[in-house]
Amino acid sequence: MNGFDSNELILLIPEIFVLATACLILVIDLFLSEQHRNVTFYLTQLSLFFTFLLTLELPSDTVLYAFNSSFILDTMAIVLKCAVYVVTAGAFCYARPYLKQIDLHKGEFYVLGLFAMLGMMVLISANHLLVLYLGLELMSLSLYTLVALNRDSAQSTEAAMKYFVLGAIASGMLLYGISILYGISGSLDIPLVADSVTHSLFDRIVLLFALSFIVVGVAFKLGAVPFHMWVPDVYQGAPTAVTVFVGSAPKIAAFAMAMRLLVGTLGDLHAEWQGMLIVLAVLSLGLGNVVAIAQSNIKRMLAYSTIGHIGFILMGVLSGTAAGFSAAMFYSIVYALMTLGAFGVVILMSRAGFEAENLDDYKGLNEKHPWFAFMMLVFMFSLAGVPPLVGFHAKLAVLRAVLEVDLVWLAIVAVLFSVVGAFYYLRIIKLMYFDSAESELLIDKPLDMKVALSLNGLLVLGLGIMPGVLMGWCFSAFA
Amino acid sequence: MFAISLAHYLTLAAALFAIGIAGIFINRKNAIVLLMSIELMLLAVNINFVAFSHFLQDSAGQIFVFFILTVAAAEAAIGLAILVVLFRSHRSINVSDLNELKK
Repeated sequence: MNGFDSNELILLIPEIFVLATACLILVIDLFLSEQHRNVTFYLTQLSLFFTFLLTLELPSDTVLYAFNSSFILDTMAIVLKCAVYVVTAGAFCYARPYLKQIDLHKGEFYVLGLFAMLGMMVLISANHLLVLYLGLELMSLSLYTLVALNRDSAQSTEAAMKYFVLGAIASGMLLYGISILYGISGSLDIPLVADSVTHSLFDRIVLLFALSFIVVGVAFKLGAVPFHMWVPDVYQGAPTAVTVFVGSAPKIAAFAMAMRLLVGTLGDLHAEWQGMLIVLAVLSLGLGNVVAIAQSNIKRMLAYSTIGHIGFILMGVLSGTAAGFSAAMFYSIVYALMTLGAFGVVILMSRAGFEAENLDDYKGLNEKHPWFAFMMLVFMFSLAGVPPLVGFHAKLAVLRAVLEVDLVWLAIVAVLFSVVGAFYYLRIIKLMYFDSAESELLIDKPLDMKVALSLNGLLVLGLGIMPGVLMGWCFSAFA
Repeated sequence: MFAISLAHYLTLAAALFAIGIAGIFINRKNAIVLLMSIELMLLAVNINFVAFSHFLQDSAGQIFVFFILTVAAAEAAIGLAILVVLFRSHRSINVSDLNELKK
């Protein structure tokens, strides 16, 4: 066993900082009265800002390990963590005014959000199966609680129960797969496990047995068909302020988990898991995009659209090339930004006692609030993959990676279902621009949320015009 | 003399795991049974880890079990808490009554 080197702690500074501030904010919040609850919010945003700065200070050009190489810090980890901070900060910005309206503005929301984010950070940097499991559970347990935040609502508690049970099954499956892998390799270190998978004397069938459990676990967490049952219910049932968080940042972490497990640990079985992921991807693309058309509730519609987008992320991963991984990474970051914005508009339109959940609530938005109608247009076009918005570049990169490995039919299927999917995104734009308003469409949100939403929209627009920077980071992660 | 081999442990764990999964999908009545089934799945995994750890002469598996037990306790706490708020809002913990959200 190697001795403990205190220099290694420096690599974990962002995690330690988030842990410390989350505990501190929890205590400070206890002493704040109801009218000073904003202080919790500002402290949370401040801690996210400093975490971001601390992460940027870390060396990003080499791969570094800490704690007997159970913790890894590579370019992928740094880029994904920074994306998680940005998305979380945005989600908190959107959540605050909404939570105030429904009388749920409590400190727990921010603290649980920070702990969920800490779980994501650990998950992203895991180089040991135990660390990966603990990160995953920290994230999931915080998210279950967040979904049940509105504890007097029948919908919210029901969604939390469904999320909890299905999430626990997913963890159980994953753990079972991990236990078999441990039996095969006698180690839990991801590089050592990968090594013994390559040189395994065991029958291929034992490895496949472990692999299928792990794929099921990953698919559950990502929300890929046929393990998607929780996604629509959780998106619809959770308070919108929680949906905006659950729907965005955890997707980035789930992508990292898929990379660490499938590529990092079981990379040698690529031929085997490629087939499994193709099935998952095609089913997700098909079911997600087709069922979304039938939805009249926008949160549920966006949930099915998530399932469709997960299909694209899986396509990038299954290609098994560096180009495919970076395309999937780009896709997951961009997807998180787009969903964040789309749910941001849903929150913007909601008022006390009125949830802008139905598609008809968006009728005539352009007459009353042309700027926010334009923002929604940007998000919808981007989700549909219309150039020059960033969603187009993400889809293009994934399709190119899939074509490079000669899966032409898969690319054609993906394009066809994207065309089907364009229908329900364009329907919202039609409602906003070509129908007349049925209600007053009051917007009573504070300035900071409007500014954050505008920045989010401009970021999607700007990344669409200049995708090079983010794309470059994603490529350097797998160079 | 009959020796208990690794295969026996693995078979036991697989059977318990399968019972856990079946319990979740067959059960249509009580949400507490769901929590018990989840716990059973995790304990089956623990048996796997301990058995492998013993036969591989490697302690990492046993350490993993400690962590799984701890996480399972936290998970049970959160699951029961959700169950309590669920009962308050639905006045029932019957699984088939969970149909508030659109199918």
